[in-house]
Amino acid sequence: MAAAAGARWNHVWVGTETGILKGVNLQRKQAANFTAAGQPRREEAVSALCWGAGGETQILVGCADRTVRFFSTEEGRFQGQKHCPGGEGTFRGLAQVDSTLITCVDSGIVRVWRENDKEASSDPLLELSVGPGVCRMRQDPAHPHMVATGGKENALKVWDLQGSEEPVFRAKNVRNDWLDLRVPIWDQDIQFLPESQKLVTCTGYHQVRVYDPASPQRRPVLEVTYGEYPLMAMTLTPGGNSVIVGNTHGQLAEIDLRQGCLLGCLKGLAGSVRGLQCHPSKPLLASCGLDRVLRIHRIQNPRGLEHKVYLKSQLNCLLLSGRDNWEDEPQEAKKAPPEDTETDELWASLEAAAKRTLPDSEHTQGALQTRRRKKQRPGSTSA
Amino acid sequence: MAKAGGKSGGGGKKGLKRKASAEEPQEAAAAEDGATESGVPPPKSAAFPPGFSISEIKNKQRRHLMFTRWKQQQRKEKLAIKKKLKKEREALGDKAPPKPVPKTIDNQRVYDETIVDPNDEEVAYDEATDEFASYFNRQTSPKILITTSDRPHGRTVRLCEQLSTVIPNSHVYYRRGLALKKIIPQCISRDFTDLIVINEDRKIPNGLILSHLPSGPTAHFKMSSVRLRKEIKRRGKDPTEHIPEVILNNFTTRLGHSIGRMFASLFPHNPQFIGRQVATFHNQRDYIFFRFHRYIFKSEKKVGIQELGPRFTLKLRSLQKGTFDSKYGEYEWVHKPREMDTSRRKFHL
Repeated sequence: MAAAAGARWNHVWVGTETGILKGVNLQRKQAANFTAAGQPRREEAVSALCWGAGGETQILVGCADRTVRFFSTEEGRFQGQKHCPGGEGTFRGLAQVDSTLITCVDSGIVRVWRENDKEASSDPLLELSVGPGVCRMRQDPAHPHMVATGGKENALKVWDLQGSEEPVFRAKNVRNDWLDLRVPIWDQDIQFLPESQKLVTCTGYHQVRVYDPASPQRRPVLEVTYGEYPLMAMTLTPGGNSVIVGNTHGQLAEIDLRQGCLLGCLKGLAGSVRGLQCHPSKPLLASCGLDRVLRIHRIQNPRGLEHKVYLKSQLNCLLLSGRDNWEDEPQEAKKAPPEDTETDELWASLEAAAKRTLPDSEHTQGALQTRRRKKQRPGSTSA
Repeated sequence: MAKAGGKSGGGGKKGLKRKASAEEPQEAAAAEDGATESGVPPPKSAAFPPGFSISEIKNKQRRHLMFTRWKQQQRKEKLAIKKKLKKEREALGDKAPPKPVPKTIDNQRVYDETIVDPNDEEVAYDEATDEFASYFNRQTSPKILITTSDRPHGRTVRLCEQLSTVIPNSHVYYRRGLALKKIIPQCISRDFTDLIVINEDRKIPNGLILSHLPSGPTAHFKMSSVRLRKEIKRRGKDPTEHIPEVILNNFTTRLGHSIGRMFASLFPHNPQFIGRQVATFHNQRDYIFFRFHRYIFKSEKKVGIQELGPRFTLKLRSLQKGTFDSKYGEYEWVHKPREMDTSRRKFHL
């Protein structure tokens, strides 16, 4: 109950392969499990997460049984679900615009649904066929009715859902390589760069490419390679000039998009990276993967691991709260006494490292850096 | 000084200890009274100036001498302490406090948060519905294909043959340069549940790839200390066709559980106790020791064992989700030496 009540203060929401949605509060070092049916079920494996309407109060959870469940962070429970049939495969992208829901599945069917919480599945408002083998569909945060899709042997396409049935931008494959062989396409993740029309993709052939629909060339404007393993996830850094990519070996790298060079790497992950997200203003990166651990890294000054949380199931996707204040709001007056005793019990039951308070602003960072260095594992918890 | 030099140079042994100790302060601090040379060794703490250490002596022979003398003294003191403690224990008799447990790397192991709690429901659900669920629900029985890397040499071939006698329902096939990715669909269509590939380098087997077949994880191990049957001393006769029992020791963490289940799913569920054969996978400090024994109970508590079969040691290098695909597959766990091997007391399995 305390977990459900404090769900709005969770910093990271993670979806797992067993169908559990986990909310992690890094301030209190707690992780809570939320399931729709009370029991974990592998059929409900979470494959896509996105924020719902109205700030960060609702989460849309896309499950493997083709239902989208609505989870309220205010109340800490699932509120309803919507079955979204059509096409085959799991959800590769979920987005929300006005009061409609956009879903994209593996076989390439993109559908726009009217968002009512009724169980009965109404017909989709719009249906697009994008091409088979889609790996990601991403919505442009600046123009919510534009989505980009890409996948294995499915080139990057940008669609305008209010416009025509044809894509607004269709990327062209790069030239044949030095052996005159066609370079295969495998777009694993797509991001829209802010304040421009550019898109960045990372591929399964360890390339990071930047496309510019405003320029006359449909081929990538910039191409950078990193590592030898497929890049699984990508996120933009707060500066907007670099991206962080993760591959199937758990290697995280920050790549500069102005120069096309590697800025640095982040250590710690042991398994394939499945989800990556950076905070919009703070230099924090949340990463989750198949090694069942959620890690929060600090990207600059200095680069390193901040938190590590062992969550017992394989993690598929995550959502990082973009709010600025990471401390819990002071509870409403009527709730204050019981909350205090509950948190007191929680503090007492927590094993070791729960005594330091996380920094809210920069002035305590200097002192806390050294303390963090002394500790072996800064703030690891278990659910 | 020449006389002193000659003495220490000539002797350097126990007989000249006293003189040498008397000479040192003379050389080290010239202000010492030279009259103490004859026989009375000055107390060490007063003789040496503070802050002096044996390593500051430039002369190697003398330095070595001082060090050996210091070492002997330390040893004597240690023996004396031990004797005293032993006397005290005997004097106390029954009331003596229990002997302190010696510190070993195993019992100093750093706390690992991934160690599985037997009452944990989430992990129990995860394990009940993972890729090995069909084996543990007794829906499938194992059928194993053993092969090697291309063009194996004698040792590897013999190891494969011996392994196939140890693991019931296993078949050895010669690898004729076939790609594993092409072998795997064929195995699946012929109902094989596991694939073992023994990798060979410079005529000795040094790697093992264990892939659970329909869609299961693939583990890549480094194999060392391989002993074939004829190299095992005091071994018993060849193993019979009975299904052996399986012992899995010390697989405590979540990763260890996955690997332990992988090994367990190689053997059929119903061990034939008449055969009295047991295959052991013992994990200690991230090394997995494989042994195959025949046991016999001589009385209620005494067992005699005979080692049959090959023995080898495995170390996990990576666990990949899905069947063998080292380039494009997703890894659940990869061993990264420079990141993971920083502490001697941290283990992953």
